[in-house]
Amino acid sequence: MTTNLVSMHGIHKAFGPVQVLRGVDFELRAGEVHALMGENGAGKSTLMKILTGQYRPDQGEIRVDGQATTISSPTDAEKHGIAIIHQELNLIPNLTVAENLFLGRELRRFGVLQQRAMRARAREWLARVGMQALSPDAKVDTLSVGQQQMVEIAKALAQNARVLIMDEPTAALTERETTTLFALIRELRKGGTGIVYVSHRMEEIFALCDRLSVLRDGQFVGVRDVAGLDLDEVVRMMVGRSLEARFPSRSAEPGRVRMAVQGLGDDYLRDISFDVRAGEVLGVSGLMGAGRTELARLLFGLRKPRSGSISLDGRPLIVRNPVQAIDAGMGFVTEDRKGQGLVLDLSLRENISLAHIPARLGVIDRGRERTQARELIEQLHIRTRDMELDVRALSGGNQQKVVLAKWLALKPSVLLLDEPTRGVDIGGKAEIYQIINRLVEQGVAIVMISSELPEVLAMSDRILVMHEGRATALLEAAATTQEEIMRAATGGH
Amino acid sequence: MTDATVPTPPSRFTLDNTLTLLQRLGSVIGLVLLVIALSILSPDFLTTGNLLTVLRQVSINALIAFGMTFVILTGGIDLSVGALLAFSGAITAGVMAAGQSAGLAICAGLGIGTLLGLVNGVLVSWGRVAPFIATLGMMTLVRGLTLSYTQGRPIGVSNPGFALLGDGYVAHLIPIPVIWMFVLFAVCGFVLRGTVFGRHIFAIGGNEEAARLSGVRVWAIKLGVYGLSGLLSAFAGIVLTSRLYSAQATAGSGYELDAIAAVVLGGTSLSGGRGWLFGTLVGALLIGFLNNGLNLLGVSSFYQQVVKGAVILIAVLIDRRK
Repeated sequence: MTTNLVSMHGIHKAFGPVQVLRGVDFELRAGEVHALMGENGAGKSTLMKILTGQYRPDQGEIRVDGQATTISSPTDAEKHGIAIIHQELNLIPNLTVAENLFLGRELRRFGVLQQRAMRARAREWLARVGMQALSPDAKVDTLSVGQQQMVEIAKALAQNARVLIMDEPTAALTERETTTLFALIRELRKGGTGIVYVSHRMEEIFALCDRLSVLRDGQFVGVRDVAGLDLDEVVRMMVGRSLEARFPSRSAEPGRVRMAVQGLGDDYLRDISFDVRAGEVLGVSGLMGAGRTELARLLFGLRKPRSGSISLDGRPLIVRNPVQAIDAGMGFVTEDRKGQGLVLDLSLRENISLAHIPARLGVIDRGRERTQARELIEQLHIRTRDMELDVRALSGGNQQKVVLAKWLALKPSVLLLDEPTRGVDIGGKAEIYQIINRLVEQGVAIVMISSELPEVLAMSDRILVMHEGRATALLEAAATTQEEIMRAATGGH
Repeated sequence: MTDATVPTPPSRFTLDNTLTLLQRLGSVIGLVLLVIALSILSPDFLTTGNLLTVLRQVSINALIAFGMTFVILTGGIDLSVGALLAFSGAITAGVMAAGQSAGLAICAGLGIGTLLGLVNGVLVSWGRVAPFIATLGMMTLVRGLTLSYTQGRPIGVSNPGFALLGDGYVAHLIPIPVIWMFVLFAVCGFVLRGTVFGRHIFAIGGNEEAARLSGVRVWAIKLGVYGLSGLLSAFAGIVLTSRLYSAQATAGSGYELDAIAAVVLGGTSLSGGRGWLFGTLVGALLIGFLNNGLNLLGVSSFYQQVVKGAVILIAVLIDRRK
């Protein structure tokens, strides 16, 4: 009989009139990795915020080690040994690793910091997460995202965490860092730590987790053992219906060359050549640091080219800033939706028109602006009750559709997409794929950067693979495999 | 067309909307309560003469605060407004004292204010200097320029036409500066809400990077915003010079803080991206009525500052609770 580290029963939570959780159950055993799944807005993060004391439940019972208890603050959660590793890392970048590990609980004697003792202890903790090579004196902003995550885990373990909640931990990790993380998670599981694993990546969940619980619209759908479970059933549990296809098909024939890139390079990228045709998706694949985002930023005038040339519809094109890129008919959906894509305090209408405000002599034409927003909201199936609502209030998938709408308002001829489905749930992903297909059918040329190999393979016509700033392969999507892409992405070919 | 995914029409009178409206109207409610309280406490308060006097006093601060609102909405700040007011007033008076026409003098004053405001904009956008530092430097520099230009002595103005600008009345009743205040409120409000320039200001204050990637010319907007702040400060300086029949080197000291207070009291976020011009007008009126009321009630001017500071702090605290 395995014991439950944590059990939550009949949890209810409402924010104003909105009922976010209605009677959710969740159990976590010692020594298991338990996936928590559900579409964006299903209530996963609210449930986890209740477990970590950031919200109080309206109703329901929480037991830790079988004892009924209340968790009314993050400090309470910490006392119970519950820690969360956030999607946005919470380390302070200008402090050292050791300073971060001891933040708020510095060792001191008569008010004087015990630097040497703290460094020694920090080294022990780093060793526990397999990061003995990392110096405790390294500034956090010099670390990779993967290393920072390890430091966060070390910090949680240093506080005697027995319950570790991980929210999309691999979203920003390289392949190798992910492998290291998984090894550590398995190690912790063996030691009896319970791990809640929140992720949209099915492959990871099947590779790593013991059980999974699914939430839908704030309700508990069920808990299953991962062994023997098939993907279709998980999808059905999450969306309440089966999706006909993860990747919808399209009927578009690539036409003439829209954009041609010849020998393009800057201080990182070297000698990159490719072309994209009208009605084609060119996938761009590669590991973290391959230079994919840099390539998109270079094309969009956000980096200085050192060599090479770009032509659009046969005419040479010089792009020194985003204004020129937009004038030339380009759009750029960045990977960082909140940081670079949206103005969260502006309404849907204002965000949609941001790159293309209908105006005469600088005076905004409200009527045309509303029409434009209404059409795009309908066309992209953006779920909202009011176009005057701040985009802050939308779910991740709907926010991403607003970013797409902003660029579609321009009627672009070339669209650059950087991780267009990151942080978007399965249902939302399928909708974004459909939007991409419709654009391609209308003759838009699309350059799509993606870290998800199945997505790149299914959505692209051709795939440009990059490695350390160079293009290492240009593959026909129909004739290649994940293995071939990975080989080119790791530099072997 | 009855597809489930078609957005439902906007609902105007939900509880949500009403609450948001109440929060936004916090400063208005404060102003109304203050006016009621002062009417009860002092018999001299609610007279046409007194109210118009307060409006005239408020107008100078309001003009500056309108420009300040633009700057703060981009996430910036302009500490040089008081100094620009003094310098522009001095230049205008100086040009007239040199025998030139009032029209030319006004153009010179407005021109110098706008130019120095644009220099602020260049420092902030191209120079990447923090707005606080750039405009602090400008404030000190311009104060020095004003002192050396005037040699520390007031420059008198005797042009009767020029005097109308700040000391005239419409229909023997409404002071002309009050007219300026309302006209510029309407113009600035329109620019902020009805033009592409205004929209870009909100976008930059909300998320500068997203704005830049959407093709907003961030540098141009910032230049425009600081230029506008300079222009409005200069205009306030000219109105003040006209009303006092002289320009003083020390005019407008501390005005930057009153302007910032008006903007903040009006509910505009100091981190940019959120706010409205009507709030700034209300904020300026609040400060004006508070000063006036405390005077009428015979509160010593030492305590007046204490009260004013406390009101600002309390208002901002309430704002944070939202």
